[in-house]
Amino acid sequence: MSTVPTRPLQSSVAIDDITGLKERSLGQRLSSSQPFWVTIALIIMCAIMTWDQPDAFASADNFYNITRNFAFIGIMAVGMTAVILTGGIDLSVGSVMGFVGVICGLVLQAGHHWATAIAAALLAGAAAGAVNGVLIAYVGLPAFVVTLGMLSVARSLAIVLSENRMIYDFGPWGDTFNAIGGGAVLGIANPVWALIVLALVFGFIFNCTAWGKYLYAIGGNENAARVTGVPVRRIKLEAYIVSGLTAALASVLIVGWQGSAINALGQGYELRVIASTVIGGADLMGGQGGAYGAFIGAALIEVIRNSLLMAGVDSNWQGAFVGLFIVLAVLLQRIRGKRSA
Amino acid sequence: MALLELQGIAKHFGAIEALKGVDLSVEEGQVIGLMGDNGAGKSTLVRIIAGNFRPSDGEIRIQGQVKHFHKPVDARSEGIEVVYQDLALCDNLTAAANVFLGRELKRRIGPIKVLDYAAMYDRVGQIFNELKSETRPRDLVKQMSGGQRQAVAIARTRLSDARIVLMDEPTAAISVRQVAEVLELIRRLRDKGISVMLISHRMPDVFAVCDRVVVMRRGLKVADKAVDQTSPEEITGLITGAIHTA
Repeated sequence: MSTVPTRPLQSSVAIDDITGLKERSLGQRLSSSQPFWVTIALIIMCAIMTWDQPDAFASADNFYNITRNFAFIGIMAVGMTAVILTGGIDLSVGSVMGFVGVICGLVLQAGHHWATAIAAALLAGAAAGAVNGVLIAYVGLPAFVVTLGMLSVARSLAIVLSENRMIYDFGPWGDTFNAIGGGAVLGIANPVWALIVLALVFGFIFNCTAWGKYLYAIGGNENAARVTGVPVRRIKLEAYIVSGLTAALASVLIVGWQGSAINALGQGYELRVIASTVIGGADLMGGQGGAYGAFIGAALIEVIRNSLLMAGVDSNWQGAFVGLFIVLAVLLQRIRGKRSA
Repeated sequence: MALLELQGIAKHFGAIEALKGVDLSVEEGQVIGLMGDNGAGKSTLVRIIAGNFRPSDGEIRIQGQVKHFHKPVDARSEGIEVVYQDLALCDNLTAAANVFLGRELKRRIGPIKVLDYAAMYDRVGQIFNELKSETRPRDLVKQMSGGQRQAVAIARTRLSDARIVLMDEPTAAISVRQVAEVLELIRRLRDKGISVMLISHRMPDVFAVCDRVVVMRRGLKVADKAVDQTSPEEITGLITGAIHTA
């Protein structure tokens, strides 16, 4: 009556031998990791430029400039990674940066302490992220639409609050504030230090905490995460708050570096931020990506831009090259995905 | 005393009566096959036991005590675990991460709580060993066969002291060899004194592992028999309605 064998399945090796095996060796893991290949590409590009333009490219000044330039994008890309891991997207980071910059400028202009300005900036960034997060996680609206709305609203608020003027009179605490974003420690610009610390902290959070694991789980299979007891909505809300906070941090640093706040600050940055995470191996469908990837992706884009400038290529070509690398990165990811499946 | 007892369980969705008063009892270490055509009320019944739905009428008793399940966690805390039809797995995570999803083991380093990977790999390795499944805790689920994916989903039920495991169509979409693996896993659960309720359309699987088979039709229980006192022909008749009741 039964067509199924009832004896236990025999196997020539003990189960312990198999269950004890490591999934993959270190070499295999590296070769299947997108950030590893992007790092190689970055090194090759730097090597070529150093050989071609030893004086201009490989100078301490240029290194300082490149790292500082990508630090702002990199900081936002780390926060964006948290959102993209859940399968979401945050298109509002550039506008939030502008909105927060204007708030910073206004608080300083009113003569308040630099710490008050930074606190107000972080609060404004977190609030914008929280509005996105509540609408996406609790109301259930699509992330693309909600953050597109915030892109428009935050930019508009920035223009209204600034009365469409540049804010450069930063009051008594302006010098300290400008030194935070514009200064350097040990020959490396402060925003770069901020990016390094942030990438290390979030690398740890993504890999070693339950909160980080939940981001990956939600991006992998949101329904599975829900039925196994992951607080899906709360985690998603928190991811958008993190993205708002990193946009605010980048804004504080960039306003300090420039010594002025304009309401057009960060226009178009959302695309550069998303491009950085994607080049660094984040999957826009969710569940794939990391903090180092965001860092190295931002670095690669800036080195491409810098190299093209140094090589004397018309700067209008930059967009084409960056776009090419985005598509190449996703293509590479697809090829590796097929091999490992 | 029965481990799980359902009495007069009914469920209405508006005007639709999904269940019209079902009595059922499950003894310790018993494997029960729950069969019925689509729309017979099997899934609704399972969801009520699992705490996904609240019954419109009737009582659920665990070892004689009346229980009310408002959400899945309530049922889980009474030792009821569910293996969902789609298995509820995250392909991008390892087997161990999936097993522990939502109840990760953590270790304190100063003020922060860190995932204790070593302990989780260890525990999951032990569970796979117990289940005699060739599944590696560190493998990504997307690289696994259907049988291994089942093992991961079943391993989840072994984390806590589950007393009843509900399995929704575990053998619906896997190969013959993998079906044998899953049936073997069910026997191992039974040997540990765990009751299993197997929802299945596959007659051979039910007759291979179950002690009792319960047939549902149009929201009613129409048969509840020991497998050695019935036949696939009779069960088929009961499912289709060719045989009225037994």
